[in-house]
Amino acid sequence: MPEAVLREPAAPLKPPTLLSRLMVNRDWLGFWFMLPAAAFLVLFLAYPLALGIAYSFTDAKIGQDIGSANFIGIENYQWLIGEFDCKWEWAAFWSRLFGGDFGALGALCKIVGDDQFHLAVFNTLFYTIVASVLKFAIGLYLAVLLNNHLPFRAVIRAIVLVPFIVPTVLSAIAFWWIFDPQFSIVSWSAKQMGLATENINFLGEPWNARWSAIFANVWRGVPFIAITLLAGLQTVPPSLYEASTIDGASRWQMFRYITYPLLTPIIAVVMTFSVLFTFTDFQLIKVLTNGGPAGSTELMATLSFNRAILGGQRIGEGAAISTAMIPFLLACILISWFGLQRRKWQQGEAND
Amino acid sequence: MKHVNRRSLLKGAAAAGAVGAMSQAGLLEFAKAWAQAAPWKPEKGAKLTILRWKRFVQSEEDAFMALVAAFSKATGVAMTVLNESLDDVQPKASVAANTGQGPDLFWGLYSLPHLFPTKVVDVTDVATYLGKKYGGWVPSAETYGRSGGKWIALPIGYNGNVINYRQSLIAAAGHKEVPKDTAGFLDLMKALKGKNTPGGFALGRASGDGNAWVHWCLWAFGGNVVDAKDKVIINSPETVKALEYAQQLYANFIPGTASWNDSFNNKAFLSGELSLTNNGVSIYAAAKADAGKDPKMKAMMEDTNHALWPVGPAGKPTEFHVAYPMMIMRYSKAQQAAKAFMAFTLEAENYDKWLIGSVGYLTHPLNAYDKNPVWTSDPKLTVCRDVAKRTLTAGGLGSVGERAASALADFLVLDMFASVCTGRTTIKDAVSVAERQAKRIYR
Repeated sequence: MPEAVLREPAAPLKPPTLLSRLMVNRDWLGFWFMLPAAAFLVLFLAYPLALGIAYSFTDAKIGQDIGSANFIGIENYQWLIGEFDCKWEWAAFWSRLFGGDFGALGALCKIVGDDQFHLAVFNTLFYTIVASVLKFAIGLYLAVLLNNHLPFRAVIRAIVLVPFIVPTVLSAIAFWWIFDPQFSIVSWSAKQMGLATENINFLGEPWNARWSAIFANVWRGVPFIAITLLAGLQTVPPSLYEASTIDGASRWQMFRYITYPLLTPIIAVVMTFSVLFTFTDFQLIKVLTNGGPAGSTELMATLSFNRAILGGQRIGEGAAISTAMIPFLLACILISWFGLQRRKWQQGEAND
Repeated sequence: MKHVNRRSLLKGAAAAGAVGAMSQAGLLEFAKAWAQAAPWKPEKGAKLTILRWKRFVQSEEDAFMALVAAFSKATGVAMTVLNESLDDVQPKASVAANTGQGPDLFWGLYSLPHLFPTKVVDVTDVATYLGKKYGGWVPSAETYGRSGGKWIALPIGYNGNVINYRQSLIAAAGHKEVPKDTAGFLDLMKALKGKNTPGGFALGRASGDGNAWVHWCLWAFGGNVVDAKDKVIINSPETVKALEYAQQLYANFIPGTASWNDSFNNKAFLSGELSLTNNGVSIYAAAKADAGKDPKMKAMMEDTNHALWPVGPAGKPTEFHVAYPMMIMRYSKAQQAAKAFMAFTLEAENYDKWLIGSVGYLTHPLNAYDKNPVWTSDPKLTVCRDVAKRTLTAGGLGSVGERAASALADFLVLDMFASVCTGRTTIKDAVSVAERQAKRIYR
């Protein structure tokens, strides 16, 4: 009796639960899809970062968890950054001012802080700025070169990538031998060619060590920049070059008014990454010099590790050093973030 | 990573044969009898993982692996031996202590157990047992092993850090032997440089050789980081004198020592580039091991000799030899097995052969082993017999605890010397930087 069946009162539709509504709601769907990624970021990025910052306000030692450590406020930072120690005497000030001894004016006031930390900040900034500028210059040059029609172009491009593929520690060990005080191939060759009479002290003298470390970093970092910029160069429409050729533009003008503006957004991204990687470099220095001689190549990252883990004691202090890197990194990210939103950076046009 | 399996057992057997005193079967018999009688009964199904510093002398490791294999066979405890380079043992142990998991036993450097004295197992019973049986522990072993009235680690061995020199080259520089005073020693270094055969000590962050010589130098002139009450006294005229002396030494070093780690001087010495350095006897041991197949190494071995450190104005020996303490972590699930293993290694049947295998690289912490044949078999090794008795301990006059360990791990003294020698800072600045740092560590 179909009719009876039809008349059978239909089972009342269950009112949808809150959960089931949230599961299908369009506005919430996005949230669900985002959740795994967010959980990943929170677990592996935000949580360690927050924990590190929290540790930096404690005197935690190794073996102590954050709950049982003493909260000491900004004491770690005060210790690291230090305070002004001024011996201000008016007589000395005037005599130096009028005696023309301006260099000595600075000596009246100095910051007394953690010498190793100050040195590490200087080293990190120096290392980052110099290495990044060199990497950019060489990387761009290589990219332009490789964009030309060369014989065996594919092979050459592959070779350029090699330094980037080799694990950092391996290349650091290779450089460790190249810079060896007694068995360096460079020293040996220089002696054979009569350019030097004794071995070059690559890593045993503060400035030599800094330049050697920068050289190794540049060697390793150039391929990343070169290959990425090369990819950018290939997106530049050839018609623009053809048009400019007809207009009689020189090669430099073509680079300056076509290539460079169109490449700007990629340069911004690549250089942001490059600066971030260089600033937080650890492996190369750890293997090559371990911060020596006497802290001349100590970076903030290696110093932080030494204080927190190797020193075996002061997790709090090590965390403070790591946290002190954040403002620098943040500044770098903000520059590229706001830069990327500007049309001049995006499209290379003069109007903002 | 080295699992004990059939192959490594065979290797161990070969090593035991090479060492000579007892066949593998004999060692196993002893091990079985020992395991029956020992007061420590391994837990059922116990597994032990040991993390040790990576050997510098192959025959030392062979002898060690032979006794590990014998212990494993006799007790049924599965043994895993991990090797890490010297500088990496400490961070690994720190992280393990921090996270509560990792190897059961650590075999590290100096005052490592004092970095986390609450995280290691009390081994007073093992220390008492061995001390009674083998003529007592040397004083420095008690200092390194004890914390708060109990033993927290056993200094299984010491590594004598002595002057290694080429007999022919110091003779050419007008010296019959290494002078016994600091002034004479400086003369020797100047003369060596004058002959274009300079010596040199590691001034990079070398936890073994670097720390050994800078502490000798500081103490030789009466300088100290802290006094007996752990009060910081590094800013003193004596420290300045020590730094001035180091500056003069450095001027006569081979170039590049500021970048040396622990292995550089070994390489340079063996290649004939270096006439004098400070090291364990591992350079000599390496030359000796290759002497059979390489005439160059044979000549090197014959020309190499060892000397104790010169005595400075302080008027007494101020040597700083490496101590190698072994400790059991509290999180270990096989603490009885670990205690049994520690006791087993220091029993005469094992330890005598280990000392012979290490050809003077390791020195004993227990008095009875003065009679070990290795100290008389080769007169060039005899200097190392007494290093455990002669050495001062980490922290100098002060306590050997975690603060001394921290100062060592931070390279406080080493960096002070390196800053001055490389000319990075003046003596006055280097001392005040070290003082500020020391005051924080010792607050």
